[in-house]
Amino acid sequence: MAQKTMIQAITNALDLELADDKNVLIFGEDVGKNGGVFRATEGLQTKHGEERVFDTPLAESGIGGLSIGLALEGFRPVPEIQFFGFVFETMDSIAGQMSRTRYRMGNTRQMPITVRAPFGGGVHTPEMHSDNFEGMITQIPGIRVVVPSNPYDAKGLLIAAIRSNDPVLYLEHMKLYRSFREEVPDESYTVPLDKAAVVTEGTDVSIITYGAMVREAVKATENLAKENIKAEVIDLRTIAPLDVETIVASVEKTGRVVIVQEAQRQAGVGAQVASEISERAVLSLEAPIARVSAPDTPFPFGQAEATWLPNATDIENKVKEVINF
Amino acid sequence: MANHKAAVNFEKLLSDESKDFKTIQILDAAGQVTQPELMPNLSDDQLVELMQQMVWSRVLDQRATALNRQGRLGFYAPTAGQEASQLASNFAMTKDDFLFPGYRDVPQLVQHGLPLSQAFLWSRGHIDGNKYPESLKAMPPQIIIGAQYIQAMGVAVGMKKRQSANAVYVYTGDGGTSQGDFYEGLNFAGAFKAPAIFVVQNNGFAISVPREKQTAAVTLAQKGVAAGIPAIQVDGMDPLAVYEVMKEARAFTTAGNGPVLIETLTYRYGPHTLSGDDPTRYRTKETDDIWLKRDPLVRMRRFLTDKGLWSQDQEDQLIEQVKTDIKAAINEADAAPKQKVTDFLNVTFEDQPQNIKEQIAEYSAKESN
Repeated sequence: MAQKTMIQAITNALDLELADDKNVLIFGEDVGKNGGVFRATEGLQTKHGEERVFDTPLAESGIGGLSIGLALEGFRPVPEIQFFGFVFETMDSIAGQMSRTRYRMGNTRQMPITVRAPFGGGVHTPEMHSDNFEGMITQIPGIRVVVPSNPYDAKGLLIAAIRSNDPVLYLEHMKLYRSFREEVPDESYTVPLDKAAVVTEGTDVSIITYGAMVREAVKATENLAKENIKAEVIDLRTIAPLDVETIVASVEKTGRVVIVQEAQRQAGVGAQVASEISERAVLSLEAPIARVSAPDTPFPFGQAEATWLPNATDIENKVKEVINF
Repeated sequence: MANHKAAVNFEKLLSDESKDFKTIQILDAAGQVTQPELMPNLSDDQLVELMQQMVWSRVLDQRATALNRQGRLGFYAPTAGQEASQLASNFAMTKDDFLFPGYRDVPQLVQHGLPLSQAFLWSRGHIDGNKYPESLKAMPPQIIIGAQYIQAMGVAVGMKKRQSANAVYVYTGDGGTSQGDFYEGLNFAGAFKAPAIFVVQNNGFAISVPREKQTAAVTLAQKGVAAGIPAIQVDGMDPLAVYEVMKEARAFTTAGNGPVLIETLTYRYGPHTLSGDDPTRYRTKETDDIWLKRDPLVRMRRFLTDKGLWSQDQEDQLIEQVKTDIKAAINEADAAPKQKVTDFLNVTFEDQPQNIKEQIAEYSAKESN
């Protein structure tokens, strides 16, 4: 066991999977010699060779097509999109092609592709780097969207994603890369896809969230505990498809819900969670379903991030509203 | 500044004739061999087989059009006029080469190994049309113009990693060369020196938009220059030239030299598709007539007849045989099971997540009624 940051856990997972399966290939812009702009692939080219870990020309759509073609040749591609804000360039490959292939070809072909991309706010990137467009991908059938919130899950979920025979979009929140360390086993392990985690148990309210907002929710929970409010925090981990069972079980227990997403309010993951709860657990509710989210503007300029992004205080206040309803 | 001289003569650069690719032709419109030294190394039997495939394709086009009008086929993109471009290029490839067709390239898919009944099912919108056996090295026709170019590049990179002796071949049309994916496919394949043959079937029109409105480029072949890959223009109505160029391209690319771009100059006699397109809105009869005189079947028929390898009787017999085969394939397609939503839900993922399981239960109940 060793203390690892999330980025170290990710590098470690990639390293283990490269060693475990010779069909695993890692590629993208600057992932080779440079080890990625965030160093997620640091040292992997030296260790596993240029055939397995390699740079591509600077074109995301080409990277998407390359992934699909390599999958057809029996490889297990792990492409990196340098920033999730650049995903639009490869939307056809992700949304139109790889997600559809198993279905389109009647189960005769599969696309075991894990698309990795850094995303999320709070690290003062230049504009168009940080967008929270994960909700957009969650509407696409045939692809899973996974967002780890901590180093342990990051490693186990990434290994599970790479081993999955279906495409996975694996989103790495930039603020979580190096903000804290935790114990991460050295050996290989998986954290199951499609399963949410109960991070903090509680009986008074369910805070349902994912990604960087899990940390904010836990912070809020600690403050709320001082006022004797016992909040349960659910980390969705896989945001498409949703683990509805875990969500509903929590809501049935607490009767109150605050859904937190860093992304803008309109549509998105939070709206889907709210719908599932409305359909399945409305009679358990003792207050309206509440949401904490960013406002419906484009992702803000760097200096405005702190006021734009939801935080622990926003969550705390919303929980109190729901409790006092 | 009286003696100032322009640093660049842009007018001259624009008119530079080196950008005007010469078109390779072996068999002219009259069926005469114009460049005997370029004659492909094909046996008499192979020459006949190539002609048979082109006749098959022409008959298939006529029958498919009729079947579509009768409501017995769905989506169909006519192929008449493009037989040399399609079948002669395919003729140079092997079964272990990987084919990425555009939506008009069903004839190559069938010659590459897709049963005709499945091609008909694809046209009708039935999932069984796309259930490809592992041995069929191909993807279904691509609808998103250009997407096949980047995927073909990916397979080619994979083949190189596997040290395969094979190549990928991929088709698009003149309109497809305007897509970003067209260039990304060429550029990546060039950078990775991957074994890919990119074919542009330039039939002059992207639905209704003429080739001249797609680009200021004098040729589409010259788009390979920017990617640093060799490119060539060929008379796409000349089966011998198309075959020879494709064969040489295959030898070049499988030897590890990187990809090739081939522009075939061709024409579709019919509409873009049978879904309401009316070519008289954007093409003249005069243009149609010019191209009809260049017909690939006419010139190959003359060539083979002169060599004593082809006769009208032979062709008539073949046509009857093809019609019989098409009928059998349509009957086979008719026997395909009715599609169910539960079948789709079962193949959306390998392992069904909660939402899909619920929907399988829901639709199983509906569909068992």
